[in-house]
Amino acid sequence: MDSSRYIAKHVINLPKSGIRDFFEIVSKMKDVISLGIGEPDFDTPWHIREAGIYALEKGKTHYTSNLGLIELRRAINKYVEKNYSVSYRPEDEVIITVGVSEALDLACRALINPGDKVMFHQPCYVSYSPSITLAHGEAVPVPTFAKDNFALTVEALRAAWQPGCKLLMLNLPCNPTGGTCDRSQIEAIAKFAIEKDLIVLSDEIYSELTFEGVHTSIASIPGMKERTIFLHGFSKAFAMTGWRIGYACGPAGLIEAMMKVHQYSMLCASIISQEAAIEALVRGEDAMKKMRDQYHRRRDFIVRRFNEIGLKCHLPRGSFYAFPDVSVTGLNEKDFAIGLLQAEKVAMVPGTAFGANGSGFCRACFATSYEQLIEAGNRIERYVQSLAKKS
Amino acid sequence: MKPIVKLLLEGGSLNTAQMAQVLKLSEAEVNRQLDELKKEGVLLGVRPVLNLSQEDSGLVRAVIEVRITPERGGGFNRLAERISRFDEVESCYLMSGGYDLLVFVNGASLQKVAAFVSEKLSTIEGVLSTATHFMLRSYKENGFLIEGKAAENERLKVTP
Repeated sequence: MDSSRYIAKHVINLPKSGIRDFFEIVSKMKDVISLGIGEPDFDTPWHIREAGIYALEKGKTHYTSNLGLIELRRAINKYVEKNYSVSYRPEDEVIITVGVSEALDLACRALINPGDKVMFHQPCYVSYSPSITLAHGEAVPVPTFAKDNFALTVEALRAAWQPGCKLLMLNLPCNPTGGTCDRSQIEAIAKFAIEKDLIVLSDEIYSELTFEGVHTSIASIPGMKERTIFLHGFSKAFAMTGWRIGYACGPAGLIEAMMKVHQYSMLCASIISQEAAIEALVRGEDAMKKMRDQYHRRRDFIVRRFNEIGLKCHLPRGSFYAFPDVSVTGLNEKDFAIGLLQAEKVAMVPGTAFGANGSGFCRACFATSYEQLIEAGNRIERYVQSLAKKS
Repeated sequence: MKPIVKLLLEGGSLNTAQMAQVLKLSEAEVNRQLDELKKEGVLLGVRPVLNLSQEDSGLVRAVIEVRITPERGGGFNRLAERISRFDEVESCYLMSGGYDLLVFVNGASLQKVAAFVSEKLSTIEGVLSTATHFMLRSYKENGFLIEGKAAENERLKVTP
């Protein structure tokens, strides 16, 4: 029986993630140095894990309120107020979700009517466009460019805008480019959002990992709090990817709408993760800064190496990704990545996995040990030199 | 903290050529800086961290609390330095609290450690008392867990 005819059209038409294809190839190989991993190499700091264990010991094994533990929502408000200069009422302006991914999905499903258009910058995290499609919206990609260090410019937004655009998704600093926007650029985007009456979904999951300058949340710009859903989580800064814990803050009406979807689909996030998340916010800052410092030094090293090797690489101001331009080798990003994997057993993700305009680039995650980064750099150098000899 | 010191702490077992690459220095310069750290007394040495129970070395380790009489002029230093010079002494610290020196001792057998304490340590003029605790089992050595560290490669090889 052909089961495909039972599958919903908007699902069957979703493209398979390019990451998935690449994963299939890499997972069959041995002794690969992988720069293709989208998560910290650190385990969750022990005091946070301890808080999870303690929660289990104390019998915290039940449902929480749909919005999440009020203690956690209070801690989130304090943390967000201190670090992002915007304040949310813990009672009705904060919702705890299963990772930022769920928060993003909730926002899409709560806000998008069939046919509504949603702008998002590309290259971007793999789930943005599918989340829009799954909510029956129409994806409107806005390109970012290497010449701008992959910051989102208001000019690109203006060029891509079309009637019917309702939402704008931001991910700054950005996976996979590490690009971000400074305050004046954020202000320009905010002005544009107000002018075009857009609601902004701002995924700031990499914000703590900003290495130069100060991260500015668009929610903190005057006039933006009421039209922004601030999305954040614990995975990257606190090395808690497997705990699946994130949150959304925004106007009570929008959070209430997201909560409706959440309560009928997820009910609540894991209570153990919520308890551990409180510990992360209240006492996790030192461990987080220590990890950030290490990412910072590794970034400086790997970006310098890429440029030495001849793969032009802008300095990513945030995140733990470098996004070198591999087009100088004469290969496209997919052939380069596959060739590198086969010749030297180093995995980088082809930029087109993150959108069509990632073409010519590969993503290299530098959240890995110095030994691995040094060896990867040497192998990539050897591979690039071998390509130059051939041509 | 100097970049090279940070890298020594962070970079685990990098060799000088690798350190040179990370720091963007020549290998000769890395060696020069390491020598300088040694001269300054910052870098005392580099040693492997071993799980000795696996090595079946028969090594016996003990921690000894030592009370000593401070001296006019030198305080605890002269005696502490004297005790530190014994080969058996691995580390020696001046402590606050109920005793003065905490001395980490290695020996080939229980008898040898006991002999060191009774014949060498406690007979030093100025040593008032000793309390010896033998180590039974190690769970963490110099920042390394003996067991239970999840391997780096438990992460999926490629994730978004």
